[in-house]
Amino acid sequence: MRDSSPLRRLLAATLLAAPLLAGTALAAPRTDIVVGMQLEPPTLDPTSGAAAAIDEVVYANVFEGLTRFGPDGEVLPALAESWEPAPDNLSWVFHLRPGVKWHDGTAFTAEDVVFSFDRAMAPDSTNAQKQLFKGINEVTAIDDVTVEIGLDEPKGLFLSNLAWGDAVIVSPASIDTDKTQPVGTGPFKFSKWVQGDRIELVRNPDYWGEPAKLERATFKFISDPTAAYAAMMSGDIDAFPVFPAPENLAQFQADSRFQVIVGSTEGETILAMNNKRPPFDDIRVREAIGHAIDRKAIIDGAMFGYGTPIGSHFAPHNAAYEDLTGLSGHDPEKAKALLAEAGVTGLKPTLVLPPPTYARRGGEIVASQLRAVGIEPQIVNVEWAQWLEQVFKNHDFDMTIISHTEPMDIEIYARPDYYFGYDDPVMRALIRGLDFTSKDEERNELLRAAQERVATHFVNTFLFQLAKTGVADARLRGLWPNSPTQATDLTAVYWAE
Amino acid sequence: MLRYVLTRTASLVASLVVASLVIFLVLEVVPGDPASFMLGMNAQPETVAALRSELGLDAGALQRYATWVGGVLSGDFGTSYAYRTPVSGMILDRVQVSLPLALLSLALSTAIAFPIGLWAAARRGTPTDTGIMAATQVGVALPNFWFAMLLVLLFAVRLRWLPAGGFPGWADPVAAVKALLLPALALALPQAAILSRVMRSALVDTMSEDFIRTARAKGLTRWQVLTRHALRNALIPVLTIIGLQFSFLLAGAIIIENVFFLPGLGRLVFQAISQRDLIVVKSVVLLLVVAVVLVNYVVDLAYLAVDPRLRRP
Repeated sequence: MRDSSPLRRLLAATLLAAPLLAGTALAAPRTDIVVGMQLEPPTLDPTSGAAAAIDEVVYANVFEGLTRFGPDGEVLPALAESWEPAPDNLSWVFHLRPGVKWHDGTAFTAEDVVFSFDRAMAPDSTNAQKQLFKGINEVTAIDDVTVEIGLDEPKGLFLSNLAWGDAVIVSPASIDTDKTQPVGTGPFKFSKWVQGDRIELVRNPDYWGEPAKLERATFKFISDPTAAYAAMMSGDIDAFPVFPAPENLAQFQADSRFQVIVGSTEGETILAMNNKRPPFDDIRVREAIGHAIDRKAIIDGAMFGYGTPIGSHFAPHNAAYEDLTGLSGHDPEKAKALLAEAGVTGLKPTLVLPPPTYARRGGEIVASQLRAVGIEPQIVNVEWAQWLEQVFKNHDFDMTIISHTEPMDIEIYARPDYYFGYDDPVMRALIRGLDFTSKDEERNELLRAAQERVATHFVNTFLFQLAKTGVADARLRGLWPNSPTQATDLTAVYWAE
Repeated sequence: MLRYVLTRTASLVASLVVASLVIFLVLEVVPGDPASFMLGMNAQPETVAALRSELGLDAGALQRYATWVGGVLSGDFGTSYAYRTPVSGMILDRVQVSLPLALLSLALSTAIAFPIGLWAAARRGTPTDTGIMAATQVGVALPNFWFAMLLVLLFAVRLRWLPAGGFPGWADPVAAVKALLLPALALALPQAAILSRVMRSALVDTMSEDFIRTARAKGLTRWQVLTRHALRNALIPVLTIIGLQFSFLLAGAIIIENVFFLPGLGRLVFQAISQRDLIVVKSVVLLLVVAVVLVNYVVDLAYLAVDPRLRRP
């Protein structure tokens, strides 16, 4: 072997050391994150649009309300640190956190709260969840840190309503530019939006609460499931909280570089029927369809096993949940008998399917299960905008598959004009009763009665609770497993060593 | 020659007027209301009405057409329903991705196709020619998105040389070109396959013309004849195809933009359609029509440069 010169030795040492140096650089925990999302938010103002993607970027990160949802759906204090109702429950006093600053440096005061509520309730308001504010008659600032909200009548879900993304507090100084440059009070400040590509947030150093652990967060928009898979695999994306391709989850699970995070959502996925249109106005027909459906086959076939069967319009993780799946167990013979009893033959209903996987893949399985009992569904694939117009607004459908993602939304069965057309005075009384009860036990009693009512009337066929399936780098900690509201709360997220 | 230019110009203007009308009318009858889409399932009817009036959707069809065309002529494309930002700004942002992508893939496909076409034509009838033609047949048949996925799996997931997608912006030109490299290649290869086949057959056709035989009789080699005489005459069909391809690359990159999640025009229009952001759809589609018509116009004029017969008065 040739004698190695000092230069040669130096070179060799450098080459050997290089990976080690790189190794130490990598060992320091990162302080940034790139989060993948399938849809880009159209605007960033959660008080003037229904798109879930808005809340998925800004809820709890940029904007905060008087109250907020915690990781499991519990209602927690946010900009209000405490509150008390009047003895008659007709007004509430909220004590705001002192010393809170907007991201533009101005002080947050009770006047901002008054402004936000007045704006949401105004006749020309474009708040997508205006019903949250129904029954509020006046919002007054008592002093800089105290607000009183007056109600026409007691509202059982009042505090939870205030926790929605649509009820966050906005600043009058920046409201005109919030759609593209949001100014909030949260732990992250808006930094940059490259439309079609990404949104960047930076840590708010002046946050009133525990500051965020990450310095920077980037949300990247990847609609194509295959592209999402490649972006995760190549390390371009650190976390995809709602991963669009359940078929790839097993592969991520087997790879030690990743963690698969499975949790619950508020999405009751249902096979909705037009209760006003024959023959679906006949309870026997609706019950027959309930028995024709095999929930497990749909969950396995369309959702790769992710999802929990439900027997009514209610989330299984809720304390008031009652398992009513037995009422409409899979029984094709019973389904056929019920159809015969109702005198229905040669039924060819339309089955309108919006774009999500649960509807398109689930719809194929539902159709084949219905064919087994002699019903020939006609599948009509539609886009979202078309679904909203045709099914939701004009009620021009026989059946559809849809996931209702709002929390605690069993009250839709008390709206006679709602798209599936269920009109029942008993149900309306039950839901109305909720507004007059604030004790948990009594409320749960009413909620159980409501679940039983819609289940025994077979209003719709209740399929499954949508699961939240996310993929993240194995070293990431603090991501929410569940989705009590559409949010990607990054406050507590950090990189493990 | 003047007459040729004038008729081409007149047909350019007529195409644009008809296109604007057709685009507007088609979008009028598309079901789905932007305001309902934006406000979702829980919106109160009065909220939807308030938003519709805020967006100017409650005006009559004729009035909206006039406002739109008038605006476009003065460079104002209106404000996006969904994003609430000026459409012209959005288009400008997206063109910065789509145009370089189209140009890069056009350059790549031409750079690949010309030598291959020439080579195959020069070796006409030999196993080399057959081999090249078989390979291009495969290239034509390959869907570009599938090829794109293979590229991503190899260069991004396995080798990690290039990003799997996204676009960092032109502030860092090296990163920007790196981001466009795989999508441009995915778009270019099937185009190059088509182009080289056209190139070869145009050359082969030209090679059987009388003037080629004359040139050969003068003592020029086959290769000299090919590059000096045949190439120029074969350029007309090749130019036509390049023109068509450029329009396709500009407008037809939707799928590739989705695979590589690039913020380009195709994805903008795709998103806008599903969100019923019709003002964006209208303006982008019109712009693409303008681009396609203009490219064809330029190709028509380019014939003048390569074909002296058209220059006669």
